[in-house]
Amino acid sequence: MHGRPRKALQEEDAAASAAKAEKLRSLQAQFLANHHNRTYSKEALDVSTKLLEVNPECYTAWNYRKLAVQHLLSNSDPDPHSIFHDELKLVESALRKNFKSYGAWHHRKWVLSKGHSSIDNEMRLLNGFQKADPRNFHAWNYRRFVAELMKRSDEDELKYTEEVIGANFSNYSAWHNRSVLLSNLLKRKAEGYFPKEKVLEEEFEHVHNAIFTDPDDQSGWFYHLWLIDQTVKTDAPLLVSSWPSHRSNITLIMDNGLHGCGLSLLNGTLSDTGTLPIILYFNQAVEGINTSTVTIESELLKEELVWKPLSMNKSNTAHVWVVYLNLGNMELQPSKTYYVEINIGHSKGIVSSNGNHYGAPSQISFKVVVQTAYTEPTEGHGGKRTTWKDTNFQKIDHFQESDSIVTADQNDLIPTTSNWCTEEIVEEITKFRDLLSEYDCKIGKLTLARLLTALDMLSSQHDGRKSNTEEVLQLYIDLMKLDPTHSLYYKDEHSLISLNWITSTRDSLLPYCHYYEDATETITGYVCLRLQNLSLSRMGSIENLLWVQMLDLSHNELRSIEGLEAMQLLSCLNLSHNKFGSFTALGPLRLLKSLKVLNISYNELGFHSIDTTRYLSSSPVVHTEEFAWDRFEILTGSINATKFWEAFLIFGSLALTELNITGNAVADENFRSFLVKVLPTLKWLDDEEIS
Amino acid sequence: MSEPQEPFPYPPIDPVNFDLIIVGTGLSESVIAAAASAVGKTILHLDPNSFYGSHFASLSLHDLTSYLTSPSSAPAAAASTDSDDVVCDLIRQPPCSDAEIAWLDESVFLRENSRKFSVDLGGPRALFSADRTVDLLVKSGAAQYLEFKGIDESFVYEANGGLANVPDSRGAIFRDKKLSLREKNQLMRFFKLVQQHLDDAQEEKISDEDLEIPFVSFLEKMKLPPKIKSILLYAIAMVDYDQDNNEACKDLLKTKDGIDCLAQYSSSVGRFPNAPGALLYPIYGEGELPQAFCRRAAVKGCIYVLRMPVISLLMDKVNGLYKGVRLASGQDVYSHQLILDPSFTIPSPLYLSPRDFPRERLQILSQRDIKGMVARGICITRSSIKPDVSNCSVVFPPRSLYPEQVTSIKALQIGSNLAVCPAGTFILYFSTLCNDADEGKKLLKSAMNALLTLPVSGNSESILSVQSDSEDIKPIVLWSAFYIQKLIMSKFELISSTPTPDGNLNYNDLLGATEKLFGQMYPNEEFFPKATSPEDPTDEDDNGLTLDS
Repeated sequence: MHGRPRKALQEEDAAASAAKAEKLRSLQAQFLANHHNRTYSKEALDVSTKLLEVNPECYTAWNYRKLAVQHLLSNSDPDPHSIFHDELKLVESALRKNFKSYGAWHHRKWVLSKGHSSIDNEMRLLNGFQKADPRNFHAWNYRRFVAELMKRSDEDELKYTEEVIGANFSNYSAWHNRSVLLSNLLKRKAEGYFPKEKVLEEEFEHVHNAIFTDPDDQSGWFYHLWLIDQTVKTDAPLLVSSWPSHRSNITLIMDNGLHGCGLSLLNGTLSDTGTLPIILYFNQAVEGINTSTVTIESELLKEELVWKPLSMNKSNTAHVWVVYLNLGNMELQPSKTYYVEINIGHSKGIVSSNGNHYGAPSQISFKVVVQTAYTEPTEGHGGKRTTWKDTNFQKIDHFQESDSIVTADQNDLIPTTSNWCTEEIVEEITKFRDLLSEYDCKIGKLTLARLLTALDMLSSQHDGRKSNTEEVLQLYIDLMKLDPTHSLYYKDEHSLISLNWITSTRDSLLPYCHYYEDATETITGYVCLRLQNLSLSRMGSIENLLWVQMLDLSHNELRSIEGLEAMQLLSCLNLSHNKFGSFTALGPLRLLKSLKVLNISYNELGFHSIDTTRYLSSSPVVHTEEFAWDRFEILTGSINATKFWEAFLIFGSLALTELNITGNAVADENFRSFLVKVLPTLKWLDDEEIS
Repeated sequence: MSEPQEPFPYPPIDPVNFDLIIVGTGLSESVIAAAASAVGKTILHLDPNSFYGSHFASLSLHDLTSYLTSPSSAPAAAASTDSDDVVCDLIRQPPCSDAEIAWLDESVFLRENSRKFSVDLGGPRALFSADRTVDLLVKSGAAQYLEFKGIDESFVYEANGGLANVPDSRGAIFRDKKLSLREKNQLMRFFKLVQQHLDDAQEEKISDEDLEIPFVSFLEKMKLPPKIKSILLYAIAMVDYDQDNNEACKDLLKTKDGIDCLAQYSSSVGRFPNAPGALLYPIYGEGELPQAFCRRAAVKGCIYVLRMPVISLLMDKVNGLYKGVRLASGQDVYSHQLILDPSFTIPSPLYLSPRDFPRERLQILSQRDIKGMVARGICITRSSIKPDVSNCSVVFPPRSLYPEQVTSIKALQIGSNLAVCPAGTFILYFSTLCNDADEGKKLLKSAMNALLTLPVSGNSESILSVQSDSEDIKPIVLWSAFYIQKLIMSKFELISSTPTPDGNLNYNDLLGATEKLFGQMYPNEEFFPKATSPEDPTDEDDNGLTLDS
């Protein structure tokens, strides 16, 4: 059934298949005529029977059969039992022809779900098919359906998977069914399947036998990965980090300059809108964040707040939720400390996408202090230009008190997991080190890397140490060489681990933090996080970077900035010298309302004629956003610029003052003039001041 | 003995001239009868016994008892000359020596059911699903008279752990409960190495140097631990002698032969969907095999006469060449060639004094090539050595029973679903190579003691105490037999002779020797030419072998 090479067609076979095709064509024509005329006579049904017996893939014919059944049932004095019996017989013979026919299996489900047929026969049929090919996932799918219909116990079905796996453990379908059944049994704490720890230990032992017997067979590893996940995961959604973080002090500058009462963060360029964002970052997508599930108590709170999910599609679940406190029209007293207290999850309603309720209620409190400062108004705002040259940055020896804005891993928010998890993971690590000492295999290395990462994650909850990072990074470097086909995946993992390491503590962040010094700035320069030249191919650990206002990601290998939308304070972003191939990949920028300065020079924008990321992206911008054609047409007008509509989607909602797009295939004169129209706020384009 | 004179009326045989006369219906003789008749030879196939199979027969308990204890026929007469021929009387050796038979169960059950047993003389013996015996059965057409069943499980005896399943396939390694994870990995990797070596499409091969070194050294070179080595050598390659003991080891297996054994074993596992393991056993016992070949031969015109002892050889007076044989009926029959089963010997020429007779010829005839001994044991029990397993094989690797054990012991348990014993009983066969009868019996007895309870004869109390003490009750032996057979090789001469059953579990070596003998006798004839037999109905599976599920 599997691993058999396809034989080339012989000449006599070709003749036979031509004859078969001829026969099929005439059957098909008759059938379609019947279908068109809604003829459901016995003769007409026989035609469809013949057709389906020869070609079970003809989905239209299955649908015709369903219509015919409905027609026959509507007749006077129908015999549902025999009508459905005929259908079952037809499906069986169709399956004998091709038992991977989606249409046939679906039809059988449809017939059985009508409830007129006995299901006793189904197990017999399934056993036959599953004996012939124990891996056929159609049969396994159907088996789950029948088992549920028959109310066969999960325990019995689990035993069946054990038999099948015992006969040949190279069986993804059987392992998968095992994970499905065990999930159910663990969830309802069925007798013999509690505590979870005991069951998982047995399952680890079971799958070790498969993995060690044949490490090159991937079906066992696949199940093992599921087991690791079961060991480490927490069901309930948790708050991972927030901005402002718990017990932090936020200093706001009240600008009494010529421009009236601007309000900005100390060490920051924010924010002439006079709003203060509050960001909540969860470990999984949640819904139900509102003023009743999250309560804010503060003098600063004067009006009803609206929590918004930061999500690229229009769904109302998201990892990150944000709310803006409007301080613009408040009489803030200088030097006064305002207290803000946020209570999360004290009343029910925060639910993860798989239906789990928010775990431990938590509290975040922080202080806001207002200072007055007078900044010399510069000659027109455009005079100030952000440059990313090294000379503009000054290394930081140690953080100052005022840099308390810089926060790292906020692991105090995460409740510690049981010792059992850590012990189990440590045991797994020992096992796989042993295996790798015997036999070098890529999937073993990958698993070891994943286990070590999991261990770091668990132990960092206890003592904040990530002692295995170096080994994990080395494993991914080895894997890139060992398995070049999947090197992009390993590179992504490498990036995530590096970022996690860099952002784990304030001390580890320090080497990457610089003061940005602008000659025209009178107060101390603000902190810029510089993550250039790190071979990053993917962004991660955003939950530790919510405080960042100026970010330099240049000279990496980024293709996407998924997740960056959570950095609501970001105002200056350097993405130059990366591998962005399309504007779609820059989608998250649309949610960064504070973004003023963007450098995307020297990427591959416009280089690829077809934007493949549009199909890969989990949030295809195109379909979710109502496109402002009116505005687009007014802007593009004379220029034939329909090809810029993606750029319009990204930039149309931003208020950039500086943009650098040189060194991209897309950046010709047409595009530049288009950008100037789209971005009326723009002062600088490609280092040229816009007059 | 009371009526030595003509217990049966001997039928006269007509014609009297043949291409070949074969005496004895053991496996080799029957195969040659079938092969020679297939190429058109006229054959007279005789057997002094009343049953087919000679050393390879399956017998009832009473027949087995009397057969094992039958005395040798005395060299009654010396050579004499009558008319044109020198008449030289044959000596028939007993089929075995040192036989010890014990009816341990006092009940009448066994005696009453003696006929319901069909006990193999040459046991333990089975076929690998992928071995050449299966091919020969199909090629010769003998397979159509046979039906097989798979042996359910294969065990290896471990010094401290008792019986363990032989991890002989990917699935078996996965299911194994006794191997550590590391050992599972090592063993499976070695299997893969062998598969890769045998796969013509693969570049990576075991080097020629490695193929010539002893297999045991190669396994050490691959850094396999002793436990895995022992499983590969004794439970899968089925080597007889302790490969680590240079003094006692008479037969050191080379890597290339070891690889072949592994290949045969692994291609046997799962060859037939109904046979889960590597081994097959014929329903009604191994005695069915020679009978099937005899039936093939009979179809092609071979004449069969049972209960017909051959008493003398007839030699040409002048040149001393073989001419024919004199039968117990007194009739003389003639042929170009003669094959005797290994129980026949010719008296030493010292006792023969026909004048002018070329003495050296008889000297050659009387010499047999003896390659050691094999000890065999049979036990009958009322329960299985492993609950829920009816038919199984067991290997006791060297040193698994006691430190001085230098040979491995093979055992086979056959239950009533193979139609060789009444329901609820089991027959166990044991065999090992040995240097003398005492050593052989010691080996077999300790193997039996490891699995079974051998009651001290006449003392029934000891049985009870054993039962109550041990945690898992070992099956009690109702009947047992021990016997020793000399390993006599086949020989091609004026008068050819076939080999005795060897110490192997399968028939490959025996059939190899038989094919060789046939080739020497008929150098220009093919051993079972490929002829389709249209008269044979082929309702068997693809492989031409009928397996009972």
